[in-house]
Amino acid sequence: MRSFTTLEGIVAPLEDLNVDTDQIIPKQFLKRIEKTGFGKFLFYDWRYLPNGKLNPDFEMNHPRYKEASILLAKENFGCGSSREHAPWALDDYGIKCLLAPSFADIFYNNCFNNGILPIVLDYPLIEELFKNVRQIEDFRLSIDLPNQRIKKPDGKTISFDIDSFRKHCLVNGLDPIGLTLEHEEKITEYEKEHGIL
Amino acid sequence: MALKKNIYEKIWDMHLVYEEPGRDAIIYIDTHFVHEVTSPQAFESLRLSKRSVRRPQKTFATMDHNVPTSDRSAPIKDVLSKKQIETLRNNCHEFDVTLFDMDTIQSGIVHIIGPELGITHPGATIVCGDSHTSTHGAFGALAFGIGTSEVEHVLATQTLTQKKSKTFEIRINGKRPSGVTAKDVILAVIGKIGTAGATGYVVEYTGEVIRDFNLEERMTVCNMSIEAGARAGLISPDDKTCDYLKERKYIPQDETWEKLTSKWKNFASDEGAVYDKTMELFVDQLEPQITWGTTPEQVTSINGSTPDLSRIKDPNKRKAVKKALQYMGLNENMPLKGLKVDRVFIGSCTNSRMSDLREASKVVKGYKTHSTVNAMVVPGSQSVKKMAEEEGLDKIFKEAGFDWRESGCSMCLGMNPDQLRAEERCASTSNRNFEGRQGKGGRTHLVSPVMAAAAAIKGSFVDIREWKYK
Ligand code: SF4
Repeated sequence: MRSFTTLEGIVAPLEDLNVDTDQIIPKQFLKRIEKTGFGKFLFYDWRYLPNGKLNPDFEMNHPRYKEASILLAKENFGCGSSREHAPWALDDYGIKCLLAPSFADIFYNNCFNNGILPIVLDYPLIEELFKNVRQIEDFRLSIDLPNQRIKKPDGKTISFDIDSFRKHCLVNGLDPIGLTLEHEEKITEYEKEHGIL
Repeated sequence: MALKKNIYEKIWDMHLVYEEPGRDAIIYIDTHFVHEVTSPQAFESLRLSKRSVRRPQKTFATMDHNVPTSDRSAPIKDVLSKKQIETLRNNCHEFDVTLFDMDTIQSGIVHIIGPELGITHPGATIVCGDSHTSTHGAFGALAFGIGTSEVEHVLATQTLTQKKSKTFEIRINGKRPSGVTAKDVILAVIGKIGTAGATGYVVEYTGEVIRDFNLEERMTVCNMSIEAGARAGLISPDDKTCDYLKERKYIPQDETWEKLTSKWKNFASDEGAVYDKTMELFVDQLEPQITWGTTPEQVTSINGSTPDLSRIKDPNKRKAVKKALQYMGLNENMPLKGLKVDRVFIGSCTNSRMSDLREASKVVKGYKTHSTVNAMVVPGSQSVKKMAEEEGLDKIFKEAGFDWRESGCSMCLGMNPDQLRAEERCASTSNRNFEGRQGKGGRTHLVSPVMAAAAAIKGSFVDIREWKYK
């Protein structure tokens, strides 16, 4: 798996509450059998007009957010369907880190399994970042996962919490299947004990 | 005295393979369901890393999301859907996984056929790359949705790594008024706690109303747990659970029925077990529910109205409600009763089992659908379809002007040709009213099967309690 250590990048805001994975990647794009190439379909129904042109009213389409690699979102981001196509689409579009007051459970897991870092921050901090993003052109953040710190352009830092095991896996790009298979004899033991073997 | 445990703790302890401080526990997975949409990349990855499926006999596959609900013998027109379906077929063949192919009587929506075939049973750990896996929790199984990377993890290791969840008891008590169904109960719960109200928790539904529900009704309740953000939703097994499963095809044969059922019932939460959080809902005054917005928490009773914007204090919430109303083509303070519908969908893993179709058919019997309404019934599985036909339910629906389809997910998410057109308003028995869920620009109102059936006849939403059955 790809590792995540530090990232410096432009922040794009997404205003909506309860953004569901159906919005992140609508169902008509779930028919592909590959993991790649979903970026152009990200937020499809919001990002494009019915004629296929970019929707100028969708904030992420603004040229100043074009190179964004950090997405600033609101509560319960990623709710609904378990589709891992959602993080695949974000990743392929260029988003490697998400900031929100809360994430839905399955989506949160899926991010880690794809080398994307979802950071939970207190609501007031998120609100302040929303203000910053809109006031300051080219607003960038530096994310430092090993030190659990976010640095703002004015030099101020925000620290964040993250489960230590998830951090360890992400920083080292560990393959979860490989990790589990280190304990294969335990699985076999369990299977023997439960009459599965 | 032994420690009192709730059902989640019992299943967790029983399935713990390995645990060490500072990392997630490894738990054993008894049953893995697979469908065509979230599995191709997992099988491909397995192939690339030269791994195999550890216990193929514990994995069961079917195709449900993409399948056409029209004549099954005709070729699938959509090239990508066809490819996805064929890919599943090939993967099952290559990795020796049981497949209930779309032309067999066992096929159907994955969460309908698991219980139907007796693959789902109490005390089991069940996963699927699908968020509505919580449906199987109705049998006292720990069942939850996972992503594709985790699908691969389960295929390769027959285990998952997990952190233990917190537990949330939702007690449903009181006397359920007639016309108020399991769907109304779960919608009311979501309305009360919100779409993230159970995030981080496994929910156990308890109380006299839940005990009184049959297994099909319990499945409707557990199905929508994810709509409140829960990891899983489950119900302690009892005699009804065992009776439902009796003589089903995949029930373990190596023990006597008495031994098996007593083992199953032992998974039920101990009297006096504790939870991290508890809430209680009394249903005495509950009315039939209907969603008005674009998330399942945006729900009210049929005699209610859309919100008054000026009464919402939080500016973020106000903006969200305004956006939802706009998308739905509604104004604030608008009564929902009498709102015209264009389409009616009776189907999905929430409400497409025999009891749902029976109740809906009683409403429809002797009536014709409204001239401007296009209504369809999509049974949850081919065996539900067959049983309904044996009872003559198909005739009742067809005579009234409903479309009677082959099984599948259909317009619950519209990956196949069954979709809403922009601005069409739909009374739907499914579980998600997200923007574009049933078709781009489509407007979904989630209701119970009887409410949907009545809307098809009247051409607008009615209070089912006022319905004149013929
Ligand atoms: S019926 Fe709908 S909710 Fe259920 S599995 Fe199919 S798409 Fe998902």
